[in-house]
Amino acid sequence: MYWPIDLIVLTFVIFCAIAAISVRDLLGTAILFGAYSFMMCLLWAVMGAVDVAFTEASVGAGVSTVFFVAAVFRTSRRTKD
Amino acid sequence: MRLLGFLVVCLTGGLLLYGTGELPDWGDTNSPASLHLSNDYIEHAMEQTGAPNLVTAVLADYRGFDTMFETAVVFCAGLACFLLLRDFRPKKTRYYRHVPTGVVLHVKNPDKQIAVGWEFEDMDKDWVPSDTIIKTVCRILIPFIQIYALYVVAHGDFSPGGGFQGGVIFGSSLILLAISYNLKTLMKRVSEKFLGIFSAAGVLVYVGIGAIAMVLGGNFLDYSKYAPIFGEHHIRALGMLGVEIGVGMAVTAVMVVIYINIVSEGRHDEGL
Repeated sequence: MYWPIDLIVLTFVIFCAIAAISVRDLLGTAILFGAYSFMMCLLWAVMGAVDVAFTEASVGAGVSTVFFVAAVFRTSRRTKD
Repeated sequence: MRLLGFLVVCLTGGLLLYGTGELPDWGDTNSPASLHLSNDYIEHAMEQTGAPNLVTAVLADYRGFDTMFETAVVFCAGLACFLLLRDFRPKKTRYYRHVPTGVVLHVKNPDKQIAVGWEFEDMDKDWVPSDTIIKTVCRILIPFIQIYALYVVAHGDFSPGGGFQGGVIFGSSLILLAISYNLKTLMKRVSEKFLGIFSAAGVLVYVGIGAIAMVLGGNFLDYSKYAPIFGEHHIRALGMLGVEIGVGMAVTAVMVVIYINIVSEGRHDEGL
């Protein structure tokens, strides 16, 4: 029953992960990491691990994205490689 | 070199995928974890601890020692950020903005300071005009986020959530204040000294609850020894709540400390 949702979310997770390492703009990478975390959060919720999903949503998608954006704000937006 | 790196990544990923084939299926009742341990928790956790949320019962009671050191790790992360990034050197030049006219003053003498009030306001290199819509929306939203964070902490043993998540949400609400206004507005409300003491106090609350249980004649973190003081009813769930409050305090303060140190390069004067 849950397989289709699972597969769709997993596809999004992989897309976000590949996009996050291939995008040149570091601000975009930070946002893509946020999207990745949120998809992982959905995956945990589908599996029934609600506590883990809650942690992922608040820490992974929330605060760590803000930390990434803050770090990009203070360094450079372009990657060197 | 790039090709070599790509090959190494592919090889490691392939090995990991190969390894996952050996793992038990999702929800497999014959997996080693489900045979003894999970059954024991599911059958006895409610009567032993009185906490309906099994995850919290395991995290804060059965594995309370682990969670204590996790809190200590979070505290150490905040401490490391402070020690690495904090910069106590005073700023050489300052910028002020005359509010009625919009004229910007550049004061190069470090000893000379202009009193900030309704006439002059602080300004820095990254100053952008403040947006009334963003300010108002965040101002309305922040109290609700904070109430929700307190709800998550308080209901840790009844529903998903707990001290860690609640602390992160409370910390994010303070970070939102810094983003929507400016860093100085946040620093006026919560000083650096307060954050440091608050994060250490969170760890102290956790350790203290464990140590007082020892003083009362039990093991470390044995909440049932508090029964003579607080009564027999749900005493272990009550102990978990106390511990969660400690975790929440530490995490809230550490999140804000990390943010202000990263965003202002440790100078705590200007930032996002």
